[in-house]
Amino acid sequence: MPALVWMGVFLFLPLLLVLVISFAARGTYGGVEWTFSLANYLNMADPLYLRIYARSLALAAATTVVCLLLGFPLAYYIARAPARWQAVWLMLIIIPFWTNFLVRTYAWMFILRSEGLFHTVLSSVGLVTSPIEILYSDTAVLIGLVYGYLPFMVLPLYAAIERLDRSVVEAAWDLYASGWSVFWRVVLPLTKPGVIAGCLLVFIPSVGAFITPDLLGGARSMMVGNLIQHEYLVVRDWPFGSAISFALMALVLVGIAVYFKVETKVAV
Amino acid sequence: MTGQRRWLRSASLANLLFLYAPIAVLVVFSFNASRLSARWQGFTLQWYQMLASDEALFAAVQNSLLVAVVSTMIATILGVSAAVGLERSHFPGQRLVDGALLLPLVIPEVMMGVALLLFFVMIQVPLSLVTVTIGHAAFNVPVVMVIVRARLRKLDPALEEAARDLGATAWQAFRRVTLPLLSPAIIGGVLMAFTVSLDDFIVTFFTAGPGSTTLPLKVYSMIKSGVSPEINALSAILVLVSMALIALSLVMQRVNGK
Amino acid sequence: MSEHSVELREIVKRHGTTLAVDHLSLQVKRGEFFSILGPSGSGKTSTLRLLAGFEEPDQGEILIEGRSMRGVPPNLRPVNLVFQSYALFPHLTVAGNVAFGLEMRGVPRAIIAPEVRSALDMVRLAGKEERIPSQLSGGEQQRVALARALVNRPAVVLLDEPLGALDQQLRQEMQLELKTIQEQVGLTFICVTHHQEEALTMSDRVAVMNHGRLLQIGTPRDVYESPSSEFVAAFIGVSNRLSGRIEMVTGTRCTVRVPDLPAIVARVPPGTPEGALVTLSLRPERVHLSADIKLDGFDNTLQARIHKTIYNGNEIQYLLRLTDGLIWKARVPNLGGDHKQFQAGEAVFVRWQADEGVVLSE
Repeated sequence: MPALVWMGVFLFLPLLLVLVISFAARGTYGGVEWTFSLANYLNMADPLYLRIYARSLALAAATTVVCLLLGFPLAYYIARAPARWQAVWLMLIIIPFWTNFLVRTYAWMFILRSEGLFHTVLSSVGLVTSPIEILYSDTAVLIGLVYGYLPFMVLPLYAAIERLDRSVVEAAWDLYASGWSVFWRVVLPLTKPGVIAGCLLVFIPSVGAFITPDLLGGARSMMVGNLIQHEYLVVRDWPFGSAISFALMALVLVGIAVYFKVETKVAV
Repeated sequence: MTGQRRWLRSASLANLLFLYAPIAVLVVFSFNASRLSARWQGFTLQWYQMLASDEALFAAVQNSLLVAVVSTMIATILGVSAAVGLERSHFPGQRLVDGALLLPLVIPEVMMGVALLLFFVMIQVPLSLVTVTIGHAAFNVPVVMVIVRARLRKLDPALEEAARDLGATAWQAFRRVTLPLLSPAIIGGVLMAFTVSLDDFIVTFFTAGPGSTTLPLKVYSMIKSGVSPEINALSAILVLVSMALIALSLVMQRVNGK
Repeated sequence: MSEHSVELREIVKRHGTTLAVDHLSLQVKRGEFFSILGPSGSGKTSTLRLLAGFEEPDQGEILIEGRSMRGVPPNLRPVNLVFQSYALFPHLTVAGNVAFGLEMRGVPRAIIAPEVRSALDMVRLAGKEERIPSQLSGGEQQRVALARALVNRPAVVLLDEPLGALDQQLRQEMQLELKTIQEQVGLTFICVTHHQEEALTMSDRVAVMNHGRLLQIGTPRDVYESPSSEFVAAFIGVSNRLSGRIEMVTGTRCTVRVPDLPAIVARVPPGTPEGALVTLSLRPERVHLSADIKLDGFDNTLQARIHKTIYNGNEIQYLLRLTDGLIWKARVPNLGGDHKQFQAGEAVFVRWQADEGVVLSE
């Protein structure tokens, strides 16, 4: 199959190369010295880097939670709207996703920078007097990530809620469950596969994000994606960059494996 | 019930505002006369005029289109054949191959970028538009494959059997029955791959060499050199183009659906 | 406390521009098995949803146990619904489903367990507590849905086409079982169905609805024997019909003149004027057939020809062509032996008693 050849040469071979080089050492002038050691993996435990992994995980987790909180009511509303409107709403959710990611991130730079729109609006109504610095902070990165990946949360949630039998929800209500109990005891358990799928679809790109922290985060909010780029293109320590890449990929694949395990359990 | 519904609707409208307000703001301020301020200082088209005279920008657009067209063609041919091949045949370890081909959809893009960079440097291929195109085709094969395969799975196998029964060879049955039925999915896959390629920044960032600047790379370097109304104008144009592409794909879906 | 478990007063419910329920008033007595019978779109399901609280009426008032239900959400209403689709919680076990309502009301765990057990005993599902709904047959799922409602001892149990999804044989068994369970627990049951046999078999009283309006309310016998309108006569069982004009009224009897046929004597509702255009309705099983020209003891006799004979096992159905070309049906129990069976093309005499025919004004 030609596709397998193409993918083998231009994807699996390069990935394998990353794995191999992650055990090598950096050459004196940036190249690769072919040795075998675990030094790169051990170096990853440096507190400097640990802070970056922790920030990546925390920001990705926060993005996931915020997307879930924003996305669930939206997905629920769409799934229970008349069929015609469902199509319109879904279209509206997808359109921003088709708009260039850099452009969408730039929009937030424009809004959040110290003399940006957000500040201008707030100061013109007298809420703030001195410039507020939101851009180049973790908050800005969080906003950018949520903005970028919200559609990834809404779509699988919508699919799960749409499949949820209306009469089952009514049955819970009829059996004395209040709004919250209906949600916790019936809606949430029955839409769990959608929730998990949405969380993964948001968490995976968030944890490996590059553009958002690069543009909105500045030097203080580096994430793993930026660290890899930094090691490759600035420090030119390819073996160490490879080790970090591999650890990131392993994390993502473990997340996916967990998802499939949960999904098959729910499907029984 | 109605109270709950009203609450959900307000929350949904707020979400929509969150999704669209930033884009709307960008477009509106691309017509703002002030270079630095976020205050409205009057209507102007000067930023668009400045873009129109930026030759590097046109070169970048050209590069992007070239990469998108070629990589989409490669990805479509490979993706469709992989979809058909994997769906129709059974061999040991197939599940592993299935999973492996989906890998580009789930691994961090940065990882794909560095892997390709490393690979090209190691085999001593200079970075250029060719390496960019190869990279794009690699991540677009699974995009096309997933879309086509989903459709293929829903097709009734009896259709192709009926064609065979009526005297068609295997190839004729595929060419005359299956392929036409797959065409909406293939068109969908082409559109998706084309857009993903046009928009891609990260893989391009790692695989592009001198002189192979694509539009997203150009946008990135403009953004990196500071907020300016020209970027707003460029963004507005890109938003408009993507809206037009969506409208086009909707129309094509409707035509094909009938 | 009023003697009525449920009282509807002038209920109006619109869905968009259509009037789903049109000034509906009725009362259901405590402990009664009450059925609302009607075709789809008759407003019966809307009525049930209004009772359960999933929808609020546009006008009128619903009282349950004498208490107005205006603004009361479903979770605070003393009613439980057995859904048409059963709506069992797929992620909970049978016991978990049945316990749900009690848990929601904060009943202590120690009390819930025996309650659940006895409810499941009642519907003969003991031993299946730990199954999940998808492992049960349709009939078992239906009984879980019933137990899930009964265990709460609501003032009213609502049933939405309770037997609709079951096959014919199971349906007939369940009709009797439902009635037995209802008598055992003594709760008020309101059942919505489009299946006339189901309604007649189980109910103490039946309400017939069409186009959102209540057409007739009464015991199964009332509704079957004395339908108040052509619609009711046709919807409940098969009916033979003749159109004519009332020639003369004497007490509870009248003479109906039908063109090209001999005069027919029938029962007449009080107040029907002479000269009125009416429809005569006659049940197929009340028709007596014979080839004998001289047979006394019947009030009405018409001539007909056998058009078709349908052998149904327990009975024989005849399609009869009356002299004017109209087709009637007759159903004769299959008594076997040397009882005469007519063949297509044979001439027969169709006879019936005056009281069997009901006159319906148009």
